[in-house]
Amino acid sequence: MTGSNSARTRFIWLCLSPAVILMAIFMLYPVVSVFQMSLYKWGGYSPDKQFVGLDNFKILAGDMNFIRSFQNTILLIVVVTVFTLAFALVFAAILTRVKFKGIGLFRVIFYIPNILSIVVISAMFSAIYDPTQGLLNSFLRLFHPANWAGIQWLGNEKIVIFSLAITLIWQAIGYYMVMYMSSMASIPEDLYESSALDGAGVLKQFFSITLPLTWSTIRTTLTFFVISTINLSFLLVTAMTGGGPNGSTEVFLSYMYKQANTNSAYGYGMAIGVVVFGFSFILSAVLQAITKRDIYEF
Amino acid sequence: MKKRLVFAVMATAAVSLILAACGSSKSSSSTSTSSSDSKTLKVAALEGGYGADVWKQVAKDFEAANPGVKVKLTIDKKLESVISPQMKAGDYPDVVHLATGRPDGLTETMIKGNNMENISDVMNMKIPGESKTVKDVIRPGFDGTLATEPYGDGKTYMMPMFYAPTGLFYNKALLKENGWSVPKTWDEMIALGQKAKAKGIALFTYPTTGYMDSLSYSLLADIGGKSYFNKAMAYDHDAWSGSNGTKYFDSVGQLLKQTASTTVANASNENYRKNQQLILDNKALFMPNGTWVVDEMKDAPRAKGFEWGFTALPSIKADDQYAYTYFEQIWVPKAAKNKTLAKKFIAFMYSDKAAKDFLKGGAVQPIKTIDSQLTTQQKTFYDVYNQGAKVLVGGFKNAKAVEGVNWTDTLFGEMTSVTSGSKSVKSWQSDVVKAADQLR
Repeated sequence: MTGSNSARTRFIWLCLSPAVILMAIFMLYPVVSVFQMSLYKWGGYSPDKQFVGLDNFKILAGDMNFIRSFQNTILLIVVVTVFTLAFALVFAAILTRVKFKGIGLFRVIFYIPNILSIVVISAMFSAIYDPTQGLLNSFLRLFHPANWAGIQWLGNEKIVIFSLAITLIWQAIGYYMVMYMSSMASIPEDLYESSALDGAGVLKQFFSITLPLTWSTIRTTLTFFVISTINLSFLLVTAMTGGGPNGSTEVFLSYMYKQANTNSAYGYGMAIGVVVFGFSFILSAVLQAITKRDIYEF
Repeated sequence: MKKRLVFAVMATAAVSLILAACGSSKSSSSTSTSSSDSKTLKVAALEGGYGADVWKQVAKDFEAANPGVKVKLTIDKKLESVISPQMKAGDYPDVVHLATGRPDGLTETMIKGNNMENISDVMNMKIPGESKTVKDVIRPGFDGTLATEPYGDGKTYMMPMFYAPTGLFYNKALLKENGWSVPKTWDEMIALGQKAKAKGIALFTYPTTGYMDSLSYSLLADIGGKSYFNKAMAYDHDAWSGSNGTKYFDSVGQLLKQTASTTVANASNENYRKNQQLILDNKALFMPNGTWVVDEMKDAPRAKGFEWGFTALPSIKADDQYAYTYFEQIWVPKAAKNKTLAKKFIAFMYSDKAAKDFLKGGAVQPIKTIDSQLTTQQKTFYDVYNQGAKVLVGGFKNAKAVEGVNWTDTLFGEMTSVTSGSKSVKSWQSDVVKAADQLR
């Protein structure tokens, strides 16, 4: 009895081993080496690495440029999450609950930004934000005198981060909308019918039926919001502003890349990587904890 | 119990596999440095404004001059992203043509890490296929600066390639139309800005703040002479904080104040051509740039009668006018396999044959006989030195890497904030002085 059992266990582990090995090589090892490299002063190419302990993290705590990139990232995460979530939920509810002509077309239109590469999106929005001939300023010029200088969407240090946020929201809505729609479509129609008989309006239905029953999907997407905003903001910043003007759009990863590769401080860059790693983990955990509710079933 | 044991075995196996994998890559890179009889020379070159064909032709000519040698070319517009991963894995090119001052700073990283081969002896090498040595043909003034001797110790680690004067570009027709003359002094230029403003034309624009480097070099030398210039390049505290330094910041501040209003918004790698377009559209008078801009903007629409003009930076002091000479660099990584052949290849760069090949793409080699081979358009640029501007070469000294301190982002990057008015010239100066103190 025990013999066949141990053979069974061996077989299970044998089947698992490819996954374990691959996971170890491609996930565990890189993560561990990032942690390890964050303790060294190293240029990236030279064979001599100097162990400096936690010095990189100490410098990081006083580096105003890093703190600014931290602030920018948090601002983007909050703004993008709040607005995308709201818009995606509303659009998803309309497209699943309301029957009108051209629903399929709208689904496609909302999803299109997600198919485009971020470089294409940045080129599009560069054109939209262009101070002289851009779509946005040309439209606003209708309400202004002829010599109006226009808003410097990408030139004003106070505005530019919001210009990026708008771009990120625009490209993210469709993706989350489709996720919410699939969750909303599985809510049984009779719930809506009976609530309508009880006199519930559309808004009441949304907050009392749709929202509670899609809650677990929303919770999952919150983690996606954190991770994808951190990643996509790097791509967008790299393609669109390069972190400028004067570092006002620098985010976590763009600053990490600059320090690691341009400033020849690879170890320092890895220390930023460790902070980003910890930050996104903690933020996701906090989000999961505070959004925990009893799961309603239908 | 047993399960745990099996898991432990699996985990050990996985970890040892990883260690074996990374261990083997290390050992292969260390053994690969010794073999010298291999006859394949790996050349990595940046595909700049001069195109990739020039390199293919030069490689062919080198192969013809050295039977049995095969040149393996890597040419890319973003060379760093191609060779960096290879180099990190231990696969180094033998010769790299990549200048300092690129956004990715790979060349600077190699300097800082002491990863470049000392190639001082190339100067005394005979040029393959010719009887002269490199020293005989190279233009004077291109060696002995921080741009070729990055540690300032008299040892050459990089050789000069493709040189070009820098200065301000403008529309000749626009100036003629309005009866304005090209300013010779700084005050004349600022005054001209007021006249232009009345016509709705901005005095100045820059593609990105990175283009302000050559202007800054010329201006610094103009303000305090070459010895001051060298001090500033070495991050000297007084050079940046003293009266000469203040003069530099104030002067640039004057210029930035008269910069076209849309410049900052477009000063990114994505949109910088829109700033260059301002010159073509007669919306701005002057911009700092390199000679490649003519080719870069050749298909762009332009104002009627547009004609490229080029002048050295107007001088603060009437008798001194400098035009910073930009050149690219070619170097050999310390971990290269074929160092002897690599040096021979670099010596070949200064042969008449190679210079002719390069000139076909518009790249001008710093050799004595090149002047007579230039086209008329090229002559208008290279003539700037015959009209009184002094040659200026060099660049910032190699500094140790300091975490969180980025020199060019501070000195040039903050100019956007000065332009838009969110930062005062004074606080810009104090930021630069602070950065200089940390880098020294």
